[in-house]
Amino acid sequence: MIEADLVIIGAGPAGMAAAAQAADCGLSVLILDEQPRPGGQIYRDVDRAAPRHGAILGKDYTDGLGLTDRLDHPNIACLFGTSVWQIDPQAAVSFSRDGRGGVARGKRLLIATGAQERPMPLPGWTLPGVMTAGAAQILLKASGVVAERAVLVGTGPLLYLVAAQMVRAGTPPLALVETQTRSDFLRSLRHLPAALLGSRTLLKGMGLLATLRKAGVKRYKAAKDIAVEGTDRVTGLRFAHGGQPHQLECDTVLLHHGVVPETQATRSLNLPHRWNARQRAFHPVTDRWGRTALPFIFVAGDGAGIGGAKAAAYEGTLAALEIARDLGALSDGDRDLAAHPLRLRLWMERAIRPFLDTAFPSFAAALAPADDTLVCRCEEVTAGAVRRYAALGCLGPNQLKAFGRPGMGPCQGRMCALTVTELLAVHHGTSPKTIGLQRVRPPLKPVTLGEIAAMEGQGEQSTL
Amino acid sequence: MKTVFHNLSPDDTPRVRVRFADRELMLRDGANLAAELLAAGVMPFRHTPVSGAPRAPFCMMGACFDCLVLIDGVTRRACMSEVSEGLEIAVPGKADHD
Ligand SMILES: Cc1cc2nc3c(=O)[nH]c(=O)nc-3n(C[C@H](O)[C@H](O)[C@H](O)COP(=O)(O)OP(=O)(O)OC[C@H]3O[C@@H](n4cnc5c(N)ncnc54)[C@H](O)[C@@H]3O)c2cc1C
Ligand code: FES
Repeated sequence: MIEADLVIIGAGPAGMAAAAQAADCGLSVLILDEQPRPGGQIYRDVDRAAPRHGAILGKDYTDGLGLTDRLDHPNIACLFGTSVWQIDPQAAVSFSRDGRGGVARGKRLLIATGAQERPMPLPGWTLPGVMTAGAAQILLKASGVVAERAVLVGTGPLLYLVAAQMVRAGTPPLALVETQTRSDFLRSLRHLPAALLGSRTLLKGMGLLATLRKAGVKRYKAAKDIAVEGTDRVTGLRFAHGGQPHQLECDTVLLHHGVVPETQATRSLNLPHRWNARQRAFHPVTDRWGRTALPFIFVAGDGAGIGGAKAAAYEGTLAALEIARDLGALSDGDRDLAAHPLRLRLWMERAIRPFLDTAFPSFAAALAPADDTLVCRCEEVTAGAVRRYAALGCLGPNQLKAFGRPGMGPCQGRMCALTVTELLAVHHGTSPKTIGLQRVRPPLKPVTLGEIAAMEGQGEQSTL
Repeated sequence: MKTVFHNLSPDDTPRVRVRFADRELMLRDGANLAAELLAAGVMPFRHTPVSGAPRAPFCMMGACFDCLVLIDGVTRRACMSEVSEGLEIAVPGKADHD
């Protein structure tokens, strides 16, 4: 068992900023991440990729070097390639690494496991050659690999960012097939004044659009009836635009309609979660420092609610300040003094969200997919099957698992849980808030019997 | 075979021999396994146990499990694995998914 003052799961901006702040306050920190190197989703592999592809990926990416540098601190120990598969309410975490199991316990635990892209179930979305836009970006960041003859489908700032990065990499996408409509834009305008506080983000967005325009990338807005074509792999995309049917031949389809908090860890602890109607997602309930209903366990970053990379780092720092105060390393006054400017910046950073969430809402046809569209990729359960089970009287997502197995496959509902909840809510004429999400049971990540066996009999203790 | 994914810049990372099903591939040592297999033209990675539908990496962040491969008898997510010399990769069969 490894012991530390603070154990952090996730080395994205939230986890890294928290580690640095806690270490500066004199706490011993252990940070665990299943990726081989620090960075999280936004700064994935930044130490290796920034020197090679910094110009393509942009300054918002290379900025991550400032955070990875701070992990080099005598009070911080890092375990990468380490998947956490169980967390107990006393804040002990079980992990597996290189085929061996281990346990770490912190006086406090910070869950900074980030977000995932919202699953976008469309006809044909399981065909080889369909990926998320974020997946294409990860290929670029971590491996310098780009998808050729790709069409980007969906909505949101990340769609434009990935498209612009592909242009800069010399492999522009064939087209963007966008789902947001003119009325979404009009509705978003009332949030524009607040969004101007985040004008840096707005300007950057306009810069991305200019890059796409200059490269001559075709944009189809307010697209409908989108379906991926192909039998063994992607061969094209069908959609309606301006009342006309369209067909594009392509090799890759990259889907994206927003990101949602990764709540597997917090749900496995049965912590209370709240439905955010504007972001159409659940997030764990915390106080203003990120403390959950279990007082030793904190959450920060996109896993606590979508705010983006800058907000994630501020939230991580705030959680670390409160944890340092908890453990007697900081006075109330010093905590508040350090927190004050961060809260202001966090507020400015979040000010743009209502505008973004309204201007680029998730694609309605993917929230309630057509009957023959697969919802659960693992067990291959269609939306029609979910509706049939609902009609048979199935009320909740846990009961539904027993009816038709959605959420019982290896991904443990990561790809279907939100859609199942949305479908049940529509069928029963209620809100997803009332339906709730599937329960999550450990292991959170695959673990072998060998890894569990290797963990038992681990008598020795080490303290950081 | 059609390559749909390509490496941005040929780099000097040494290549090592890897076996995927019955194919021998030369992949960049230490690189992300799913990315290298895609760049080598591997598609699909496996077929589903339920309907036999073909699948390939979807999320690249360890969430979807579509990139499952069998390494030393253990099912692993290729997108969370790295290339190493002599890696023997098999395609998971029906029983390996349970
Ligand atoms: C694919 C993808 C691409 C994105 N790209 C961008 C971008 O280019 N620009 C941008 O502004 N925003 C991007 N985002 C949004 C992103 O969520 C935030 O910008 C930011 O990364 C959130 O920071 P975080 O610290 O909360 O979490 P993350 O950066 O997501 O870090 C979470 C970390 O936790 C680790 N982790 C999760 N579960 C476990 C576990 N059980 N065991 C061990 N480790 C675990 C993960 O490996 C990950 O490294 C992207 C999101 C996704 C999903
Ligand atoms: S591609 Fe999704 S888990 Fe590997």
